Parts: sequence; C-alpha cells; structure tokens
Amino acid sequence: MPAKPIEIRTSPHLKRAMSVDRIMRSVVIALLPICAFSIYQFGLSALLLILTTTAVAMATEWLFARLSGQGNTLTDWSVVITGILLALTLPPGFPLWMAAVAAFVGVALGKALFGGLGFNVMNAALVGRAFVQAAFPVAITTWTPAFAPGRFTEVIPSTLTMPFMQPVPVADWIAGLQLDAWSGATPLALQKFQQIEPPVTEVFTGMIAGSAGETSALLILLCGLWLAFKRVLDWRIPVAVMAGAALTALPFWLLDSSANPSPGFVLFTGGLMLGAWFMASDLVGSPVTVSGMVIYGVFIGALTVIIRLFGGLVEGVMYAILLANAAAPLISSWTQPKVYGAVKQSRKVK
Amino acid sequence: MNFIPFHAGSRQRKLWQFHGGLHLPDEKTLSNTEPAAPLPLPSQLVIPLQQHIGTPARACVAVGDRVRTGQVIGEPQGPVSAPVHASTSGVVTAIEPRAVPHPSGLQAPCVIIDADGLDQWAELPPPIPAFKQTAADDLRQRIRQSGIVGMGGASFPADVKLAPGGEHPVETLIINGAECEPYITCDDRLMREHAADIIDGVHIMLHILDARRCLVGIEDNKPEAIAAMRQAVSAAGLERLIEVVCIPTLYPSGGEKQLIRILTGKEVPSHDIPARIGLLVQNVGTAMAVADAVLRGRPLIERLVTVSGRGVAHPRNFRVRIGTPAAALVAASGGYRPDQARLVIGGPMMGYAVESDAIPVTKSLNCVLALTSAESPDPGPAQPCIRCGRCAEVCPARLLPQQLYWHARAKDLDKVQDYNLFDCIECGCCALVCPSHIPLVQYYRYAKTESWAREREKQAAEHARQRHAAREARLQRLERERQARLRQKKAAAPAKATAAGAKAGARTGAKTGAVAGTKTASQHADRQAAIEAARKRAAERRQAKAATADPAASPPPTANAGQETNAGETR
Repeated sequence: MPAKPIEIRTSPHLKRAMSVDRIMRSVVIALLPICAFSIYQFGLSALLLILTTTAVAMATEWLFARLSGQGNTLTDWSVVITGILLALTLPPGFPLWMAAVAAFVGVALGKALFGGLGFNVMNAALVGRAFVQAAFPVAITTWTPAFAPGRFTEVIPSTLTMPFMQPVPVADWIAGLQLDAWSGATPLALQKFQQIEPPVTEVFTGMIAGSAGETSALLILLCGLWLAFKRVLDWRIPVAVMAGAALTALPFWLLDSSANPSPGFVLFTGGLMLGAWFMASDLVGSPVTVSGMVIYGVFIGALTVIIRLFGGLVEGVMYAILLANAAAPLISSWTQPKVYGAVKQSRKVK
Repeated sequence: MNFIPFHAGSRQRKLWQFHGGLHLPDEKTLSNTEPAAPLPLPSQLVIPLQQHIGTPARACVAVGDRVRTGQVIGEPQGPVSAPVHASTSGVVTAIEPRAVPHPSGLQAPCVIIDADGLDQWAELPPPIPAFKQTAADDLRQRIRQSGIVGMGGASFPADVKLAPGGEHPVETLIINGAECEPYITCDDRLMREHAADIIDGVHIMLHILDARRCLVGIEDNKPEAIAAMRQAVSAAGLERLIEVVCIPTLYPSGGEKQLIRILTGKEVPSHDIPARIGLLVQNVGTAMAVADAVLRGRPLIERLVTVSGRGVAHPRNFRVRIGTPAAALVAASGGYRPDQARLVIGGPMMGYAVESDAIPVTKSLNCVLALTSAESPDPGPAQPCIRCGRCAEVCPARLLPQQLYWHARAKDLDKVQDYNLFDCIECGCCALVCPSHIPLVQYYRYAKTESWAREREKQAAEHARQRHAAREARLQRLERERQARLRQKKAAAPAKATAAGAKAGARTGAKTGAVAGTKTASQHADRQAAIEAARKRAAERRQAKAATADPAASPPPTANAGQETNAGETR
C-alpha cells in the first residue's frame, strides 16, 4: 500500500493537450498584429477604441459572472476576444461612449444572459455591434481617412464625444486633412454609390479607409492562417465563407462588371476577412459537423454578397454571421454524420 | 466477398482507415524490454468467482478443503458462464466478499486460498493433440471446462463466442494483437515469447469455427512481435491460412470494431456482433489459453500482466497466477516511487483508477499502472463546452460527442439515443482532446446506465400492466361464470321452491310456503352481493399493493454485464 491517499479520477488518465484558455489566448495573440496595424493606420483613436471596448467587455463579464455565481471567468480570455473584435469592426472615429455601450450590450445580452461562455447562440461582439448599428446609424457609418497626419498626437474629433451626446460632424476635419479623392470614403461605399472600384491591391493590403481593424485583408489572412495552422480554428469555415462570397459575386460581376464588384473586391473589402477568419469561425456559434461547417460558411458568404448588392447597407457580414449563428444548431442536426456501422434505415434526429 | 489469395510477405495487404483516432505517446519501451518474469507464488490467493461476463460461478469447495493447482473451485452457472480454478495448491481459508478489480470499488464473492508452496497439480483432462480429428463441440467443451474468457478486457466466455450459431458462419477469424493502449505491453511480450503457442491456439479456433482464414492485426510499433508471429506461422506451415498483418499505430486500432475496419474495410452493423458479417475477433492471450487448454489440458490459471508507469521503480511484465494481489506485482517491480500519484487498472485511456492495490489479478486484468502526477496531471475543474468539435474529429465511431454531452447533461435519454449513444465504445479520445477538460466518457457511462435503468423500469411496468390485465380478465371470467351459475340456480330455484312449497303446502298450507321460498332466494342474493363486494375490495387492495411492490420485485439489474460488453475489447 502506498502511504499517501490515491486520487481517484475517471479515464482517460493522460495529460490533456489543449485547454480553453490556451485556445482563447492564441486568438488574442493572433488579433494583436491586426490591432497594431489599426493603430498605425488610425492612430490614437483606434488605440482608445480598442482599450475601451476591451475594458468594458471585461468589466461586464466580471460583473455578470459574479452575479450568476460563476466566479472569475475572465481567466478563460474569451471576453478579451469579444472586446477586441468589437473595436476592430467599428469606425475608427466612433465615439467612445457608444463603443462602451456596444461592449456592454454585446457581453450582457449576447453572452451573459445565455449563461456565459459556450452557451451564447450568437457572436457577442456582433450582437453589440448590431445594437449600436440600430441605435446610432449615423455614427457607425461615419468613416474617417486612414493615415491622417498627426494621428498619433491627436484624436479624431468624434472619438471623445461626451456620453449621450451626438458626435460632432467630422466632414470639416476631413476636408482640413486635404487627402486624395477616394481614401476618405470606404471602398465599399465608393463601389456601391459611385461605382468606383479602388484597385484590389490597395484594398488587399489595407492602405484604405474602413473600420478600425478590417482594412488589411492580407494581415487578417496571415493571422487567420496562423490560427488554422495551430489548429485553433477550423480552416473549413473561413474558406467556405470566402468561396461562398466569391462564387455568389461572380455571376453578377460577369453580367455587369461596371455596376457590380469583382469577386476579388468582394473578398478583400469590408468585414469579410475579419468576419470569415475571426467571427464566423467562432467555435461556439458555428455548427459542429464538418459538412455543417461548409454549409454555414457558404451561407454566410452568399448572404453577405446578397446584402451588399441588394440591401440598403453597404456591408452585410455582420447580419450574415448573426443569421448563420441562429441557424447553426439546425444545420448541425441536419448534417449528423453516419456513425460507424450505421444500418441503412438509420434513425433520423428529431 | 471475393477470394483474396495471400502469402506472408508476398504483397502488401490493403488496409482501411477508421475515422478519427489519436496518435498517443505509446510509452511501450518502459516495460517491454525484458522478458516476462514468473512471479513467485504469493502466500495467499484471492480468486473472484466472477471473472467473466454472465452468471457468476458457484463455489464448489468448502472452507478447510485442500485444493490442488488447476482444480475447479467454482462451477459455471448457466450457458453464459465460466468455471474458476485454483491457481495453486493449498487450503481454502475463506469464501467471502473481497475487493475485486472493478471501477465501483465494491466487493464480490471470492475464494481465498492459503498457498502451501508445493504447487501440486490436480489431475488434468487429457491433452487433445489430434484436435483436427476432434469434433468442434468437444473442443468448445474443453475450452469451457478450462475457464477461458476473452482476455482482451471484455472477458466474455470464449466457448460461447466460438459458437456463433449456424446462420452466421464465420469466414475470417481476426486475432487482436494490436495492443493500442499506451504503456501496456503484455500482449507484445506474449507474442514475442509464445508465438508458436498462439498460432497453435489460432489453428484450433480456425478448426472449431471452420473458418477459411485468419488475420492477425499487430500495430507497427511492435516489430519484434510481428517478426516472431510471422516466423511461428511459417514454422507451422500455415501461411495459406494465417496472415500476420502490420497495421499503423493509431489509438484505438485495437478496438474490436476498429480492427475489423482496418483489416477488412467492413463495419460491424450498429447494435450487432461481428459474426453478422462473418467475422470473429479474439485476443492473442485467448488464443494462447486455448492452446494450453486443448494441447496441454491446462485450465486458465495464469496470465501476463504489465506493471508500468513512472510511479513504479522497475516497470516490466510478469507471468502471474490468477488471484495474486496487485500489491505483490508492484512490490516485485521495486515498489512505488515517491512521486506516484495514481493507480490505474488497465490502460491510461480506458482503465479505471482504484483506491488500493489490495485487489487480485483476474483473467482479464492486463495492466497495473502507477502513474506520477506529471504523467497524469489533475485536469482541473471542467469548463463550459465551447463546441470546438475536436471530440467529433477524433471519435472512431463517428459520433458527435459534444451533442451527446449536452443531452446526457440534460438527462434527455431519448435524444442521446438519437445521437447513437450506444455506438460509443468509451475509448476516451474525445475526453482526452477536450480543451474544456469535461469528463465526457463519464457522462456517456452515466447516460448508458440511466438508459438501461429506464429500460428495466419500462419492462417492469409492462410486466405489471400485463399481470394486471390478466388478473382483470380472470376476475371477469370468474364473475361471468358465477353469474351463469346463479342464473342456472335461479332458473332452478322457482321450480324447486314450487316443488318445496307444494310439499310444504301439503303439510302447512300453500301460502306461507311460497312466501318463505322467495324470501330465502332474495336473502341468498343479498349475501352473495355482500361477499362479492368484500372480495372486490380485497382484490383492489391486493392490486394496489402489487402495483407498488412490482418494480422492486423485478429481476436484479444486469447493467454491469451490459456495460462491459458495450465497452468492448479495446487493447
């Protein structure tokens, strides 16, 4: 008999290779280069935006976890992802108080009320963004130019709007910057309303205006690929989203290439890249079967293009992902794999 | 199926893949470098009366009896059962419940023998060297007498498994030498040291089954075992019958269903046995035991056991008599190291932790693992499932473990069956890769046990309902018969009364006599009604009582047996 008591545990009795906090921490690490590029591009305002949403998201998570007796759930790092992702989808000059509202609503309504991590139906960051999209439609569609001179020393005027106040119009401020013709408006808006398609290379590398962290498709792609390589996210979902978007855009572009965007343009603009690699691939809200993941991804890609082409909004990624999140459980149950030794007339899942 | 001619080494056999699986650090070299050492006879043996699936054996010796090695001490009960033999000579000192290797930690009836150290053998049944001229039934009988059970872990009586019945002839016998669980090396050593005996056993089983060929599946991390087995096959001149197949190392390739898939590309139908598709799987240890029983008349009284893990000083294999305490094995391995944290029976993936090493080696116990906390660290409290799907990726049964988990957690027993809970082989892959460290397999075991319990309850309720219905029908029939009798009586009564009245009237006057006659008849009916009412009340009371007592009176649970069958042989 060994002298000390033996701990009894259930099988398997080997070391676990992965943990939730390691997965979440990897995503945060993958988001950092995107944050850095955002700050490089939009300066102090972007930094303040990222800090605000992350801090408010964490505070909200802490509060609700305390209220529901779950203890400290900040250690799983998932809420940090929500905070950062939310900031990256907002215009760089978005008033901080509105960003705080978005972060609070996203975490409280989108996550905590469902029971916290793993129980949320939809992507919490996008729930927050959808809320402020409805509440502050002007502020969330006011983009400011990238690479504004003096961006590291002063903030965009709308950033520091007092709580519950409307932001000051930034048109005069932009005019004062004296930039070239198209870099002030986002490529998506230019394409939709003026049928001007900026060169794909500029769009791909991110030397353009746009939401704080959505501009550089290249950077997002690299960070996403790193996560896929580390097997933190399933590559099938982002690839399916991109394929769905490109294939849906292709026929329209072939029919009328002057009015409709090219598949490449569709892929590298707006939130598609960030959405595909960091939000659609969110583990909790996506289907659990392999074929389900593909269906879900294609659905998001196709819906995004349809909203962009036929909807009143310039961007459709957010609603496409939220809708697909809602459909994910259904897709999962439709696409249940055939089990080992399944008999022909296998029972269907009700 | 087409006939595929094959000769050892002539060409590479086509292999198939099963879904998922894990590449685990195999840790085999910890214990497989030295030959299996015979363990000195312990002073006391504890031999459980149930070391198989099915009905426990009944002790046929009494306290104080002298027994000899190989003597039957427990008689099998019923068709699915196995006898138990004395593993050495000595005196029976007790027949009582003792701790046995079981996840529950509960005690079970055992025969305790104080060894005399002489190891005097009982008279053994005669060897059957000419097994090819012997009827299959006689050989099965010998296997049954020898107490042979599946030694891969499921411990199903071998003679029953070797009689799959006429409607499913076994075409291919598959011998499981995969030994896919990390750490365990007893089959590896057995194949290296006793390849010829194993091949003899295989030959006997092929004869019993009248099977056309045999495939021996061995993982490629055991090259010495593969070489030894191939050599034994050619030495016996059985290349046309037996092929030793080298399969890739991937846990759980030693699972019965997975091995079948790898070697034949076929899948055992859900809720069915391999015999359905003309296959039968036996472990190498079972083949060895069959050879011992048929060619030497020796019952199953010893086996190889691996003692491994970094929690013991000198991991290695031992040849051990059944009933030897695990503590003696650990002591022979140099005892525990100070950082030993856990004691596991079986492999690290499917084995179960036990509290104490004061448990005996049984026929199906293959490994005693003493793990350090570095090898088997505390996974910490379970975190919420984040639906990452890693579990589904590795599941060899192609299940959706996280969906099973949600529904098991919610105690939704219908839903878990919709998600094919009973196709789970409890290999533990899902739980090992789960980043939330959820004890998934434990949830499935729970849901299975609950489902069996519910099924039993349902059967009990149905039984009670049928009994009630039968009783009602009987009462109604009795009532109808009684009514009929009454009517007959009534019909007869007026005539009788008139006859009596006429008689009485002849004596005392017709008027009074007629009145008296009707009065007696109505009084009789009243009495009958009162009796009937009382009877009915009593019947209702009895029914109520029967309804409450019935579930309790239902047959004893058999969950254990079922659970073990389901867990299967994964080695």
